[in-house]
Amino acid sequence: MSELKIKEKGVVVPGEVLAEGMDFLPSNGTYRLKDKILAKKLGIMKTEGKVIKLIPLSGKYLPKKHDVIIGRIIDVNFSGWSVDTNSAYAAMLPIKDATSEFIRRGADLTKFFDIGDYIVTQITNVTSQNLIDLTMKDQGLRKLREGRILKINPHKVPRVIGKQGSMVSMIKNATGCQITVGQNGVIWLQGDPKGEIIAIEAIKIIEEKSHINGLTDEIQKFLEKNKVTDANEKYSEKVKVK
Amino acid sequence: MSYKKRFDGREFDQTREIETKTKVIKRADGSAMFKIGDTIAYAAVYGPRELYPKFMQNPQKGLLRINYSMMPFSGSGERVRPGPSRRSREISMVIEKALSPVINLEDFPNAVVDVFIELPQTDAGTRCAGICAASMALADAGIEMKDMVSSVSVGRVDDKIVVDLCYDEEAYEDGPVADIHLAVIPSTGELTLLQMDGEISKQDLLKAIEMGKKACIKINEIQKKSLKENYISKDKEEKK
Repeated sequence: MSELKIKEKGVVVPGEVLAEGMDFLPSNGTYRLKDKILAKKLGIMKTEGKVIKLIPLSGKYLPKKHDVIIGRIIDVNFSGWSVDTNSAYAAMLPIKDATSEFIRRGADLTKFFDIGDYIVTQITNVTSQNLIDLTMKDQGLRKLREGRILKINPHKVPRVIGKQGSMVSMIKNATGCQITVGQNGVIWLQGDPKGEIIAIEAIKIIEEKSHINGLTDEIQKFLEKNKVTDANEKYSEKVKVK
Repeated sequence: MSYKKRFDGREFDQTREIETKTKVIKRADGSAMFKIGDTIAYAAVYGPRELYPKFMQNPQKGLLRINYSMMPFSGSGERVRPGPSRRSREISMVIEKALSPVINLEDFPNAVVDVFIELPQTDAGTRCAGICAASMALADAGIEMKDMVSSVSVGRVDDKIVVDLCYDEEAYEDGPVADIHLAVIPSTGELTLLQMDGEISKQDLLKAIEMGKKACIKINEIQKKSLKENYISKDKEEKK
C-alpha cells in the first residue's frame, strides 16, 4: 500500500522519503527512486490529489518570462545595457526596448541609464542557456530615483505582495511609502524616513515569518503600534514645496 | 594487541560527539557548521553565479567549485601555512568528486557554485567533516540534489576496527594503523569517496566499510534534523 511519510506542509530536506508506493506521482522538486518518492530540495511539501510537489524555501531567483523585476545597470555596451538581476545570470536590455525616444547612432547611452542605476523592468524572454532579455516599454517600467533598495529571499516575494497586493498596499497605506516589489526579491521604497524604516521592518518580519498563519493580522498590529502620524500628508506636502 | 580500549573511552563503532548548525554565515546563500569531536568545519555556499574566466564555463551544466582550507592556528600548534597547498588542492578535488554525484546543476549552464570550507580547529577527519558541512550548506542554499552526503572516517588501530579516528589514534605507534575516508549517499548506500592511508586486509576493509555506512546513516539523521530546525522552531513560536 502507498502512504505518505511526511504530513502536508511539512519541511523536508534533500533525500528525504516523502511517500512510498506507486500510487503517488512526483512533481516539481521531487523524484522517484524505485518505489519511493524523494525530495530534491529544501522546501515545504504539498500534495494535489496524487501529485506530490515541493515549494522551495531557499535558492536564487529563477528568471521567468513576463516577470517584473528590479535590476541594476552593471555595464553599457554598443547595443544596450547589461543588468544585474539578482539571479545567477546578468540580463540584456537592448536599445530598441529601452525607451520610446529616438536614439541617434553613436549617442551617449549613459544619458538614459548609467552604471549603478536601478530600473524597474520586465523580462521578455529567457533562453535555454539562461540569456535574459528585458524591456522598459510597458506601464510602470521606469528608472528609479532616490529611495531605498532592500533585498529579500525571492521565494518570499508572494507573501510580501499578498493576495492581490493586499499586504504591500497595507504597508503603503500605513507608512505612506511608495513601494515596488520585484519578483527577483529586490524591493524599492521611498517615503518619509520614519515611514521607510517601519516599512523595512515590516517587510523583514514578513520574510522571517512568511510561513505562519495569520501573518496579515500580525503585520497590521505591528503597523498600528508604530504608526506614523499623517506621514502621507507630510510627505506629499514636502513634494509640493519642491 | 595492546589496543583494547579507545583513548577517549568510546565504543569501537561510536563516533565522536556531533554538533551542527545551519545559516551561520549571513552573507552566504547557504552555510553550515559541522563539529565532530574537536574537528570543526564551516562551509559557505555562494551561487549559482556567473563563472569567470570565460574559458572555464561549461555550456552543458554548472560547475561545482570547492575550496578547502585549514586555518593557520587550527592544528596541534604548528602553524599551518595559509593558502593553497598540494594537500588542500587534493582534498578540494576529492570533496568535489564526493559531492558532484548528488548535485544537479544542469539548470545553470555557464554558472558556478562556490563552496568554501574552513577549518578553525582540527583533530583528524577534516575532509569528512568538510563534506558533511558542505552538503548541508548546499541544501541550505537551495541547490537541487538527489540526497545529502554523509561522511565519516573508519580504520584500524592495531587489530581493532574503529569508526571516526581522532588524531591520537591516527598517530598510534605501537601497531599498524589504517585510516579510511568514506562518503555515503544514504538513500542508496553508494560510496562517493573511498580513500586509505596505511594497510588493512580485505575482510577488515569490508567490515570497516559496513561500520562506516551505519555511522553515516546516523550522521545523516543529525544533518536532516539540523536543517529543519531553522524552520520548525519558528512554527513553535507561532503556536505560543
